[in-house]
Amino acid sequence: MLQALSLGAVLYGLWLLLSGHYQPLLLGLGVASTIVVVLIARRMDLIDREGHPIHLSWRFLLYLPWLGWEIVKANIDIARVIVRPKMVIGPTVLRLKGTQKSELGHVIYANSITLTPGTVTIGLEEGVLSVHALTREAAEGLISGDMDRRVTAVEGAADGRGEHGV
Amino acid sequence: MALLADIASWACLIAGSLFAFIGAVGIIRLPDVFTRMHGAGIVDTLGMGLILAGLMIHEGFTMVTVKLVLIVVFIFFASPTTTHALARAALNGGVTPVVDGKDAPSAKSSERTDGPSKT
Repeated sequence: MLQALSLGAVLYGLWLLLSGHYQPLLLGLGVASTIVVVLIARRMDLIDREGHPIHLSWRFLLYLPWLGWEIVKANIDIARVIVRPKMVIGPTVLRLKGTQKSELGHVIYANSITLTPGTVTIGLEEGVLSVHALTREAAEGLISGDMDRRVTAVEGAADGRGEHGV
Repeated sequence: MALLADIASWACLIAGSLFAFIGAVGIIRLPDVFTRMHGAGIVDTLGMGLILAGLMIHEGFTMVTVKLVLIVVFIFFASPTTTHALARAALNGGVTPVVDGKDAPSAKSSERTDGPSKT
């Protein structure tokens, strides 16, 4: 229920931002379409902890700046590799164990890896990720497990708290 | 102040274009489909991010900026998904990643359902 309300709020906020019209009739139509969309989402069983994970919102927001900075650093590394006249690459495929508890956590971890240039997740099964890395350095950065720990922190503490609300 | 914003906006646009260009060069220069995805990764993270940041600075706090932010958010979620779909398609199509110059486990190329093995 909480998730349905939150989904409705997000959808209506998006509608307000994108429409830019604020006459009563149009606002009412916006409310109506928001309700219809939430009802459809409910019928399709999309509203659950995985589909609309409000339980980790603020921790996730704190994680984003760190991820952004990692992406910038990785971009510069990979750009340097590409423009060098003699390309020195060492493609590897490695398997990593994600320490997250839920599938959602694993997906956040896998997507973070893919977003970072130099590493792409090419498989995810039962919490074990297959990662293709372009260079040795990119692979070593992942093996150090820093990102894994941070993603686990994003879902971990929030998970225990969210259990009561659902 | 307007001049500063203009300079910042142009710096972002030029840097973003540069990264998009480097990403495109990477797609051409890198050897196989998996390594080329890393080149594409540059285009849709820092290339896209800097160009849109430049446009946001140019626009200031307007409705257009809000929509640009939304574009960043959507690309942020869509790009890893598409990259992953591309990688899965390549694996299922029987392409094995080239590992360190030589062909990846050639003896195992027939059994590819479990993905690439640890090297």
